[in-house]
Amino acid sequence: MYLASGAGGDQSVATLLIEIGAILLALGMLGQLARLLHIPVIPLYLVAGLFFGHGGIIEFSASEDFLNISADIGVILLLVMLGLEYSADELKASLRTQAPMGLLDGLGNALPGAAVALIAGWGALAAVALAGITWVSSSGVIAKMLGDSGRLGNREVPAILGVLVLEDLMMALYLPLLTALLAAGGASTVVITVAVAVGAVAIILVIATRYGRFVTALVSAHDKESLLLGVLGLTLLVAGLADELKVSAAVGAFLVGIALSGTVAETATELLAPLRDVFAAAFFVTFGLSTDPGTLLPMLPLALLLAALTSGTKIGTGYVAARRDGVKRRGRWRAGVALIPRGEFSVIIATLAVAGGVTDKLAPLTACYVLLTIALAGALQKLPDRIPVSPPVSPPRSEPPSPASV
Amino acid sequence: MNVEIINRVLPGIGVCQEVELQSGHRLGIVTRRNGLREIVVYDDDGDGAAMTLALTDDEANALAEVLGAPKLILRLAELQQQADGLVTEQLHLPAGSPYASRPLGDTQARTRTGASIVAILRQGSAFASPTPDFVLRAGDLVVTVGTREGVDQVGHILAGAVGTGAPPGTG
Repeated sequence: MYLASGAGGDQSVATLLIEIGAILLALGMLGQLARLLHIPVIPLYLVAGLFFGHGGIIEFSASEDFLNISADIGVILLLVMLGLEYSADELKASLRTQAPMGLLDGLGNALPGAAVALIAGWGALAAVALAGITWVSSSGVIAKMLGDSGRLGNREVPAILGVLVLEDLMMALYLPLLTALLAAGGASTVVITVAVAVGAVAIILVIATRYGRFVTALVSAHDKESLLLGVLGLTLLVAGLADELKVSAAVGAFLVGIALSGTVAETATELLAPLRDVFAAAFFVTFGLSTDPGTLLPMLPLALLLAALTSGTKIGTGYVAARRDGVKRRGRWRAGVALIPRGEFSVIIATLAVAGGVTDKLAPLTACYVLLTIALAGALQKLPDRIPVSPPVSPPRSEPPSPASV
Repeated sequence: MNVEIINRVLPGIGVCQEVELQSGHRLGIVTRRNGLREIVVYDDDGDGAAMTLALTDDEANALAEVLGAPKLILRLAELQQQADGLVTEQLHLPAGSPYASRPLGDTQARTRTGASIVAILRQGSAFASPTPDFVLRAGDLVVTVGTREGVDQVGHILAGAVGTGAPPGTG
């Protein structure tokens, strides 16, 4: 074996390969299980991570460094793909039409999180972090649930997706803010760090939306291999620079995704998807691995409270958003329930916060909370269809009489 | 006659197009960015899907062709139906046949059955559109096109199971 570790490292290389192989194989099987049960795979990855690792059934040691780096890359790939999914025009259109909804969604769902953190006595930083954790719904989980249940054609779906787009866009401001707050030691440096972060985001956002075609031309290539390497390289580079400026690597990646357009974006989406699947899985597992399952149970009551509270506010958000689109009662409730699941962003925020020195109770709390919200949405999603049909706008026509039998 | 199509953009996923039919039912077509299509039939409430059918790219294109060209489809179906009534068979000319070594015209196959003899296969070579003076040999495969009854009758004639059409020659 010609790996960099040399002769002395052979044993650890073998252990590393065995551990990573076992983890990936197990995740592959979990994916099949999720498909069979018609549930999103993210909660299964989290649970798998919890079962293993610190305090779990088996401890993985050799692969820990590798998994941690994979998790970082996973976040970056998740975000660049999210950026690639949206065009700058879609973002602008959503911002124009959905801005009031975004405000309602932000206030309604972030404030309960902040309040709970303050009441628990975890301090202002934890309040900012928990606000983000309860604010953002999971576009990954929600798109999956909508697609699997054949509800993409429903009238309330644009309202749901509108809220999600706006949340993702707001994350481009929130994450740098959080990163800056976590990095700033004293109160005096906070203002400067935040100003630098917001300024950097603004500059990248302008480049992304105005001069996206130049960025696209930079990585445009005729063969897929060069394109893949170019896009991946640019993404990691900008993510690294953003991290250096305390803007958060994730946001840098997200903005690169938005800047790319046209066929380059389409091809990049296709090429990066398998990489994203591997590294994002590593991200969710690593979060689970680094969380001691023993710490989950004490956090359960608080997570239940938080889930109940912010599921209620999300239902309210979805209800109002769908009503704005002229959707009737059933559809409004469906939109509300659909928005309940939290996922990737909540985990990203918790990871950032814990790494930044905020109370490490946030990790088990977030793990519990994410799992609860996804489970709750799954359990509730069929209920709105039992609501009696609202009076139709025009009376339903009777079926034409069947032709006389021949 | 204009059919109104409502477009709903689904950011990050694709687009949904909704059509209200004259019957009052409403139909939606979801087109995902990866080419997957879904046909949605809406429920009584009108906002939600009562049924969703997922189509692959190929299935959707095939369906579009069927829906897009009704005149052509009807004509094709007619042709198909006409062709369905016809059979083509290779009839064996047995050694004891009254027509072995006699001209094809003697069988009067078309006059008597309506079926046409379109080719003769002999020792691996084909003689297409044989003329009435083409001389048959025992062992020939006689390719016949016609209705089921017509072709069967030609078979009986060749086997000598029915009366010959013309008085046997002296040879």
